[in-house]
This record gives sequence, C-alpha cells and structure tokens, in this order.
Amino acid sequence: MSAFSAINEEREIDRDEYTPSVEPQPTWCPGCGDFSVLKALKQALPEVGRTPEETLLCTGIGCSGKLNSYLDTYGFHTLHGRSLPVARAAKLANPGLEVIAAGGDGDGYGIGAGHFIHSARENHDMTYIVFNNEIFGLTKGQTSPTSPKGHKSKTQPSGSAKQPLKPLSLALKAGASYVARTAAVNPNQAKEILIEAIEHDGFAHVDFLTQCPTWNKDARQYVPYIDVNDSDEYDFDRTDSVEAAQMMHETEQALHEGKVLTGRYYVDEDRPSYGQEKRALGEMPEEPLAERYWDDDYEWERSYDLFLDKHA
Amino acid sequence: MTDEELIWRISGGSGDGIASTSQNFAKALMRSGLNVFTHRHYPSRIRGGHTYTEIRAAAEPVKSRGDGYNFLLALGDSFARNPQEEALYGNEEIKPLSENLDELREGGVIVYDAGLLDTSEIPDFDERAEENGWHVYPLDLRGLAREQGREVMRNTAGVGATCALIGMELSYVEELMRDAMPEKILDPNLEILNIAYEQVIDEHDVDAHDVQIPTGEHESDQLLMSGSDAIAYGAIDEGCRFIAGYPMTPWTEVFTIMSQNLPKLGGISEQVEDEIAAAALAVGASHAGVKAMSGSSGGGFALMSEPLGLAEMTETPVVLLEAMRAGPSTGMPTKPEQSDLEHVLYTSQGDSQRVVLAPGTVEEAYEQSRLAFRIAYEYQIPVVLLYDQKLGGELMNVPRDAFDREPNPELYHTLTEEELPEQPHSADGKFHRYQHDVENGVSPRSLPGQQGGRYLASGNEHDPTGHISESPDNRVAQIDRRAEKLAAIRADLDTESTQSHHGPEEADYGIMTFGSQQGTVEEAVDVLNAAGHSVKSLGVSDMLPFPSEEVEAFIESVDEVLVVEMTASGQFRGLVQKNLGRHGEKLSSLLKYNGNPFEPAEIVDGFEAVIIEDGTDDPAHQTTFVPAAGD
Repeated sequence: MSAFSAINEEREIDRDEYTPSVEPQPTWCPGCGDFSVLKALKQALPEVGRTPEETLLCTGIGCSGKLNSYLDTYGFHTLHGRSLPVARAAKLANPGLEVIAAGGDGDGYGIGAGHFIHSARENHDMTYIVFNNEIFGLTKGQTSPTSPKGHKSKTQPSGSAKQPLKPLSLALKAGASYVARTAAVNPNQAKEILIEAIEHDGFAHVDFLTQCPTWNKDARQYVPYIDVNDSDEYDFDRTDSVEAAQMMHETEQALHEGKVLTGRYYVDEDRPSYGQEKRALGEMPEEPLAERYWDDDYEWERSYDLFLDKHA
Repeated sequence: MTDEELIWRISGGSGDGIASTSQNFAKALMRSGLNVFTHRHYPSRIRGGHTYTEIRAAAEPVKSRGDGYNFLLALGDSFARNPQEEALYGNEEIKPLSENLDELREGGVIVYDAGLLDTSEIPDFDERAEENGWHVYPLDLRGLAREQGREVMRNTAGVGATCALIGMELSYVEELMRDAMPEKILDPNLEILNIAYEQVIDEHDVDAHDVQIPTGEHESDQLLMSGSDAIAYGAIDEGCRFIAGYPMTPWTEVFTIMSQNLPKLGGISEQVEDEIAAAALAVGASHAGVKAMSGSSGGGFALMSEPLGLAEMTETPVVLLEAMRAGPSTGMPTKPEQSDLEHVLYTSQGDSQRVVLAPGTVEEAYEQSRLAFRIAYEYQIPVVLLYDQKLGGELMNVPRDAFDREPNPELYHTLTEEELPEQPHSADGKFHRYQHDVENGVSPRSLPGQQGGRYLASGNEHDPTGHISESPDNRVAQIDRRAEKLAAIRADLDTESTQSHHGPEEADYGIMTFGSQQGTVEEAVDVLNAAGHSVKSLGVSDMLPFPSEEVEAFIESVDEVLVVEMTASGQFRGLVQKNLGRHGEKLSSLLKYNGNPFEPAEIVDGFEAVIIEDGTDDPAHQTTFVPAAGD
C-alpha cells in the first residue's frame, strides 16, 4: 500500500479546491498578466485529473514566485532562480508527483539560466512555466534578460545594449521536448497549452507572456496575438526541430516588431524522459524511492554486509 | 609513537601508479598484523609532478604520519617535464629522489631505480648519504621490468626489493596481488616480485641496516579505509539513498564512492550543473521524503550558501559535506588545510541555524556521518560534516566490528496519512507544518503526495501553514522555535560526547585541536608524557553547537593550552574564545598552513618551545606560533 494515497487518486476535482482560504486574493497589481497563469493552472489541473495533494508546485522569487501562495497544492517557494533543481529532485524522489516549476524571466532566463538549460537537456518529466514580462517587477522595473535592446530603466538609463535572450530557441537547443508560448490575454490557448504541457512526458517549457502594467508600460499588452498553429499565414511541422527552430526565430524577432506570435512550437513525443533514461541504465529504482522509507518489510542494506571485504 | 616502526615512502611521478602500489603494500602490512597509516602528497596535475605516499606501520596503534621516515623507494617520473625547461620546473626527472632526502632519518634505506635516476645529478648526494648513515641500493628496476615485458611493473619490482631488505615474507604481497590484479597481469607481476626479491637477497647485503619490518598481531579483523570511505558508508547505513554533486577535489572521493554504490542499492546519484543545483537537489529530494546529501570543497561549498539557508528556513533535513583544502579561492587544490571552518560556520544570510561536526579519525568519520544524518532528520536541520583532504584521503586500519551496526532509515517526525488528521489544519484543509509550540522546537512534517498534508514550504518567513508572514509575533515565535532546536541538539550531543580526550586525567598542560589533526596531537601527547611532561589533549568534533561546558572544564583543569590547527588565522582558537568568552590568557596557537599537515614532532617542538619555554628553538618546519593574549 502506498504511503502517498493522494497520488493517482481517481476522483472528481472541483476548481475551487485550488483556491486557498489564507490568501485567496492575490496581491498582484490590477491588470497583471500573472492572474492569467493562476487561472489557467486552476483550469488545467482538474482537467488533467491531478489533485492538489499529488501536485508539487515549486516557484522561484519575484511576483511569479507568489504563485503557490495562491494555488492550494503542495508548494515549495524556493530561491531566486532555483525552482528547477528543487523540482527535479522531488520528481526523482517520488515520480508519481505532478511536478510544476514556475518563475519569472529574470528568475529562469537570468540567474537560473544554467538550471533551465540543464533541466531541458535532461528532459525531466515536468512543466516549467516562465512568467515572461520582459522586466523585473517585484524589484520595481529593472531591465531583464528578455527586455528588448534599447530598453531604458533605472539600472540601464541609456537603454540596454544587449540583445534580448530568445527563450524558445534556447529551450529547443537545450533539449526540451515540448516548447510553447502563450499569453495572458489568450486564456483559452493558455489553458490548452498548460494541459498539453502537464500531460507531456518530458520537460515542457511554456513561455507565458504576462504583461506588467506597472513597470513595463512601454511593452505591448501582447495583443493582438496570432496563434501560429491556427493561422493560415504560418505553416510548419512542430515535430520537426528544424522547422520549429525557424518558427521560433521568426516569433522571437516579431515580438520586438510589435507582432505577438504564440502557440505550440515543438513537440517530441518519442524522447524518453530523464526518469525513463535513468531507469533503463539501472540508476533509478522502478518503485518510487520515497515509498521505501514506509515499507516495513524492506531490508535496508548496510555497508557491513556489502562493501567491507575489499578493504580487508 | 614507537621505536619499532617502518615508515616506507614510495615516490615517483603523478600517474605512475604510486597510489595503487602503496595502497596494496599498506594492506599487505596490515594483513601481516601491523597497524598502518598512510600519508599522500600529490600535485594538482593529471600526469607528472613529484608525488609520494608514505606508509607508517607498527605493532602499536598509529594515529598519524610519523616524524620523517626510514625507507625510500624512489621510482622515476615517467611524465617529467622537458629537462630543457629546468630553470622553470627544476629537474623533474630526479625529484623522486632529490625531493625526499631532507626528511629521511639517519640510518635510513634508499632504494632507487638506477635505470631512471642518477645520483650524480644530485648535489652532494654521496656526502649526505655518508653523513646520515643512509644505506643506498641502486637497482635497475626499469630494466628488470622491461625484461619481463612491461615497464610499469617496476613498481612491483620495487616492492619485491623492499620486502627483501626489510625481511618481509612475500606471501602477504603475493596474496594481495592475487586479490587485486586481473589474471592477465598477475603472473608477470608475481614473477617480477620474486625475481627482484631474490636478486636483492643474492647480490646485496640486506642486513647492513637496521630498518626491519616490525611484527604485530591484531586482536580482531581489520580494514584499510579512508575517511572518505567511512563517510560514504556512514551515509549508506543511515539510509541515505540520494546524492547530488559536482566534481571538486577532495570532496569528489565521497561523491565517487556514493555514485558507484547507490545505484546498486536502488538509490539515485545525480551529477549536476553546479553546486547551487547540487545542494538544491538534495533539499528537493529530502523535501519529498528521501534521505539526501550533497557536498563540495571550499569554492563549491560557497555556492551552496543559499540552498543551505533555504534548508534552514524551510527546516528541510539535509547533510552537506565540506572537504577542506588550502584556500582562499582555488588555493592549493590537493593540499590539506582547516581554514574553511569559519566559512562553514557562518556562511549564508540571517541568524542561520545549522549543525557542524568535524570528525578526527576514520572511525569517527563513520560515526559522525551517521550522527549527521540522525541529527539532521531528527531535528529537521542541515548538518555540515567538515573534514579535509588529509582525513578524506589517508588510509588507516580500523576494526571491522566498528561497522557491525543496524541500518537506520528512520525519517523521524514525519507524519503518516493516519496521523495527519489529528494534527492542526486550517479550515481549508491546509496542514500546520510550522507550529509554534512544539517539543524541542521540532514541528512534524508531511510529505508531498500524502493525503491531508498539503502546505507551503517557503524561504520567506512564514506562519504555521507556511504562508509568507511578516507579523512581528509570528516572526519572534518562529525564530525562537528554530533556535530552540540547537539547544536541544546540544543537550542530545552531550549524552555521549564525540570529543576525544587523551592523556592523563590530571595534567599541567593541555593541547586542543579539531578535526583531522587529532591523531597527530595525541601522538605528540604520548611523546611529551614519555619525556616527563604532564600533558593531555582534547580533540573537538562539535563545532556548532559548541560543547562549551566540556571545553571549559578542559581548559580550567590545566595551566595553559596550546591550540593546534591548520589555519593561518587561528580560526579554531577564535571559535573557542567566542563561545567561552574568556581564557584568552591561557590559549596560545600553533598554526601550520604551508600545505602539509602537522607531524607529531612539530607539535612536540612547538609545545616545548612556547609552553615549557625550555630553550628549544622556535617552531620549525614553517609552523607559526601566536602567543596567548597578554603574553
């Protein structure tokens, strides 16, 4: 019998279950795109059948990091940029958990960029949502890794001399097996993409455009948006990494020319997740490691019986 | 310390198999009934560069490297750099011989590979040999090995020659080679061992010198083990089945042992992008209910400061290792030092709460690795196990019985789904993970995936449910509760002291140290008492929370204390004074920070020079003395 009976529990789930009583009203600014991420998650989770107590949401620091104060699941509000390593390990320790990591563009593409690249490369079975508002919000409006070139802020008074980072292209090259971009202003697409991302067996990266009405007034409100999968204007095969790369490139250029392109960019259903790869090598147990500590019949190995002869 | 001891040094180039040859020979000496202790000296280079390993063997217990040594086996350096560049590197080819002469005792034996080394290249070699009464045996070991088909076997030829010269039966070495060597190379190696042995017996006067193998007998089965082995086994025996890390000398040793063994036990090892990730993974795995560890050395541990603080704030149990090497910055990667003490005690922001343990011997490394996990999980706090390149890498014999203990996979204070409903919850079902008033400050936890246990773990200050809170009352309650855990841990640790007391109970003087210098200090104490002084020692393991009462009692029981440590700034002495708030006038420091650990004689000399003030010259060998306050 499992010590974690919430995992894979079959039951009807009410959307309200994800709303905490302690802080049901988020403190984000009126008009903030972050509300849409919360709403889309509250819609997507019941739809994929994952309950609050089989879900672990790991967040970084920033406005986005408050997400798990407002979504009532198991939560770990980690460090700036470090949601992914904490989330990865929890997934390895107990693979039955639905693990979601989330953070902002400064968090995931700046201070935590190394973890982003390596988590994508390893293809952990998890969803990574990046609230991309092209600005540092909680620290009041500094230039971020995705701020456009020339963007002026208190810390870059003459405008940024840097090219913005291209998150979709980076995720693809790093090895993510699902890459999508959605926008706060497109709630239906956001929900659908999150459902796909959560159900995807591998590292699913969702770059979520979340307008910041307070500190990034210059930025577009990410309207009008075009869904590249629905538009007749665009035709590409999202299972083909070369075509996907081309479409991502065009999308990332277009954003700074006033054109908001969104959609599913890349899907590789065949690539094994990291857990599958490790199990195939014999480097990860078939049964969740976290269960073992509750198995009264398990005979714990000890060095005295196994490792000492070579020292004799 | 004993008069009847063999201290055998094998020298050559890094990459020449010095380490494996010496490890096998140390084991053969142990199997013959002797106590052994090895000391490694090696450069931060893949190939080439002078390296040596020293094995001290005696019938009496040996706790440290010895003072100098009495048998040198000098092999060539296969990867010595271009002799044309001698101005830069010195003559690397001759270093296995020339670099090792200063510490060779009078009457010592030198066997060198005459096929590779030429004593005429060493200034005044013959004069020095005569002056010191050295017995020199030039043997063409390389030539012998070539005749048998493989030049690398010159190490084995050297061991055969050693056995002939010290009167050691070949059977122990042969038996070991049968255990350790693949069949393909076994026979030629056995052959060359015997040929070299016979040749030395036939052609040389093996009785011309006094260096002989001592005879001894063990009371119980012995194992040859390093501190790194012992730490890894301690972790495994406490049910640790998850490790994450990034390579860095010397922590890599434990990481390697764990990575090779954990998959066999259904555990998980993760080599990750950096040390921030490594420590964060350990926190994530432990949060999900698996006993987990990570670790690094100085610079890598610096990157772990943030996840360490996160573990403290979220009260996630985790064990981190810090294998010290000489700093600052990259420092001297392969040299031991203890100067990360303050770094480990104080790194990470805020009024941080952690436990730091510094074992002094291989056996203590096993015990305290287990203790680290027990404390971490019982009190939901990160525990740092602080050791160094010396304790991690040196081999010594330990009784097999020391490991005959039950495994302990206990998670402590972790609720089951049956227990969770009895615990306080908010109206919406949120579990109160961080309750204010709980015994010893430890609030029981739930695990993700458990029914009825959901909560938020946060690096922000939080209320009992885990929600971010800046309420002054809650803040004080949470800080005080987390601090209460440390007081409870101190009381827990006091039930069975991990400190090592040595020497007579009543003594005029004391020597204090921490971590890996403990064995060396204890040998020095024996020498000093044998010489008529009245000295006892205290090797401290608990760095935080500090065993103030025990240390205070020790200091008060003597007139003066010499504090011995491998730091330049007296960090350990500072820690003692910070915790006791007095006794500055009683504590002097003997420091060493040249990249080499203390030898017992340096402590003896230092003690006689600065405590007894008997006219002994000021501490030699690049040790440094810092007088007590007011002196």
